[in-house]
Amino acid sequence: MAGLDPSAPAASIASVTDRVSALSLPQPAASVHFLGTIAAFVGSEDNVMLVDGTAEARTIAAHGGGILCAATDGKRLVTGGDDGRVVAIDRRGEVAELAADAKRRWIDSVALHPDGAVAWSAGKTAFVRAPKQEVKSFEAPSTVGGLAFAPKGLRLAIAHYNGVTLWFPNMAAKPEFLEWKGSHLGVAFSADNRFLVTAMHEAALHGWRLADNKHMRMTGYPGRVRSMDWTAGGKFLATSGADTVILWPFASKDGPMGKEPLMLAPLKARVNVVACHPKEEILAAGYSDGTILMVRITDGGELLVRRKAGDAVAALAWSADGSRLAFASEGGEAGLLVL
Amino acid sequence: MSAAPAPSSASDKIPVTVLTGYLGAGKTTLLNRILSENHGKKYAVIVNEFGEIGIDNDLVIGADEEVFEMNNGCVCCTVRGDLVRIMEGLMKRRGKFDAIILETTGLADPAPVAQTFFVDEDVQTKARLDAVVTVADAKWLSERLKDAPEAKNQIAFADVIVLNKTDLVSASELAEVEARIRAINPYAKLHRTERCQVALADVLERNAFDLDRILDIEPDFLEAGDDHDHDHDHDHGHHHHDHGHGLKHYHDEDMQSLSLRTDQPVDADKFMTWLQDLVARDGARILRSKGILAFKDDDERYVFQGVHMMLEGDHQRKWNDGEARESRVVFIGRDLPEQAIRDGFAKCVAA
Repeated sequence: MAGLDPSAPAASIASVTDRVSALSLPQPAASVHFLGTIAAFVGSEDNVMLVDGTAEARTIAAHGGGILCAATDGKRLVTGGDDGRVVAIDRRGEVAELAADAKRRWIDSVALHPDGAVAWSAGKTAFVRAPKQEVKSFEAPSTVGGLAFAPKGLRLAIAHYNGVTLWFPNMAAKPEFLEWKGSHLGVAFSADNRFLVTAMHEAALHGWRLADNKHMRMTGYPGRVRSMDWTAGGKFLATSGADTVILWPFASKDGPMGKEPLMLAPLKARVNVVACHPKEEILAAGYSDGTILMVRITDGGELLVRRKAGDAVAALAWSADGSRLAFASEGGEAGLLVL
Repeated sequence: MSAAPAPSSASDKIPVTVLTGYLGAGKTTLLNRILSENHGKKYAVIVNEFGEIGIDNDLVIGADEEVFEMNNGCVCCTVRGDLVRIMEGLMKRRGKFDAIILETTGLADPAPVAQTFFVDEDVQTKARLDAVVTVADAKWLSERLKDAPEAKNQIAFADVIVLNKTDLVSASELAEVEARIRAINPYAKLHRTERCQVALADVLERNAFDLDRILDIEPDFLEAGDDHDHDHDHDHGHHHHDHGHGLKHYHDEDMQSLSLRTDQPVDADKFMTWLQDLVARDGARILRSKGILAFKDDDERYVFQGVHMMLEGDHQRKWNDGEARESRVVFIGRDLPEQAIRDGFAKCVAA
C-alpha cells in the first residue's frame, strides 16, 4: 500500500481523508457489505442501499420493519428482519425471499456458507437451507445469539446461553456441545477450522481449540465486543470493545493461550468496528468519536481515513479484492475510499 | 426548532415500565387501558409469548423470559437475555415509539429484568427502567402471598401496586390485604382500583429508578391520605378510603422491609465498605435497597439504590440550608439478618 509510510512520525499521522468520497445515503446504515465493487449499506429499517462507486444510492425495499442482521458471501447480501423474513439481494438489486417465519418471529441472525447454504435463526430455532435441499431446523436449548458456518463441510456453530452447539445438518450424529457459562452472541471459526471464538454478553471473548475443546478466555475489555474479524491469513483475530484495536494471536497451535494480545491504534475513544483487509496485513478501525484509521498490523503504522467527527462509526467493510473501503456513521454519513 | 443534537440525558432514554402480577389480576386490562387512552404516545409492548393475548397495539413483541446467569461469580446476578436482544432490535425502530411496556408473566421474578438495566451497557445507554408496576387481585392476593413465592417477590419489588378488583372484597378484607402488602413493602405507591381504573400518571413516568428522584423514602402509607388528593379525574369508586392505614399490623414470615436512620454524620468510607460487603454476602436475600446519606464533611446528599448485589450511587445535590441532614437506608428482602444490618449500619456513624 502506497499510502502507508512506516517512517512517518506517529505525531503527525499521514492522512488519506482527501481521497475519501462522501456518499449520500437516504437513511443511516447499520452495516455495510460489498457485492463485488458495489457497496450495500443496510439501513436499520426497511431498506438496503446499493452504491456503485460514487453514484447515487439505489434504495432497495428489503423488509417491512427493522433489519436485524445481515451477512454476505460477496455475491449476495442476506438480511433478516423483524418482519420474520429472510431475503437475499444481489448486486443488481434483485430481491428474493428465502424464508418467511410462520409465526412472524424476529430473524435474529443469518450466516452464509461459501457453497450457497444459508442459515438463520428465530428465537431458539436455527434453520439451514443448503442448495437444492429442504429447510432443516435445530432447536437450541435457549435463544440463538449467533450463527457461523465452518469453513469446511456443512457444519453450523450455533451460539446460545452457556455455550455453542456444533450442528451437522446433513448428518444424523448428535450435535456437539461446547460448554461455557454465560451468554454467547457473535461466533466465528478461524479460516483453518482449528478454533472457534464467541463474543460474549459480558466484555470478553471465549474460544475453543476444536481438536481437544480446550478453553481460551480472552478478557480485559472495558466494553462488549461487537465486532471481530480475522486478519489476512488468519494470524490474528482483530476485535473492538477497547480504546485500542485488540488482536489475539492465532497463528500457533495453542492460539492465544498464555499470550498477550497486540494492542494497536490507541485513541481516546472506543473502537466500535473493525474490518480486516482481505489480502494485506492491514485493518480498518472505526471509533466511537467518528475517527477511522487504517492500521498496518506488522508495525502499527496508522493512516487517517476519517477525522474525529463526534458521530460514531457504525460500519466498515472492504471489498473482496481489497481495493475499496466503505464506511457508515451512526448519524447517517457514509464514505468510500478507493485505493 | 433546532437541528443541534440533543444532549444524552436521562430524558432521552426510552422509559420502560415493567408490568407484573399474577395471572388474572388485571395486567392485560391495565395494559389495554394504557394503550387505548388518548395520550398521544406510542408504546412498544413486550409480552410473554405464552401470556394473555388480545393486545391492541402496532408494536407487540413476544418475549421468551429467558434468564441467564452473569459470569461474574455472583449467583443472583441474572439477566434477561431475550430483553437484551429485543431492546437492541427495538432501537432500530427508534422514533416509532415513545416508551416501552414490558409485561411479565405471573410466575416471573422481576429481579432479572431490573438487573438487565443495571448491567447491560447497551440497554443502559438507550433505555431506562421507569418503574415496576405490580397488579394485584384484592380478592386473591392474600391467598397467593401464602402459597406463591412469586407473588411475594412481585409485591416486594414493586414501585407501584395497583390493588385491583376492590369491588369484590369487603372493607375488612381490603384492610387485611393492604396490611399484608404493607408488611412486605411499605414504600410502594398503592392504588386501589376496580377494573384497573388508575390514572396513567400514577403508573407511567414514575422515574422510580432515577437516582435524582430519590427524594424521600418514607413509607407510602404515612402519606397515603395525600396521595389521592391531587387532581386526576379518575373515578376511584372505592368507599374504603379513610380507614385505618397502618392500624392493622402483619409481620410477614419471610419477606420484610428494614428501615435505618440516623441524624449523626455517616463515615463515607466505612459505609461504602459495609454496604458493598453486605450486598456481596446477603445480596441474594436483599431484593431492593435505597438510601439517602449525609456523609461527614460532605455538603452533598449521596443517594444510592440497588437490586440484589447491584448497586448504583451518586452525589445528588447540596443539602439545603435548614434541611435536616438525616441518613436513611431501606432494604426489602427475604429473611433479612436484621440485627446484623442494624449493628453494621450503627458502626458507620462517623466518630
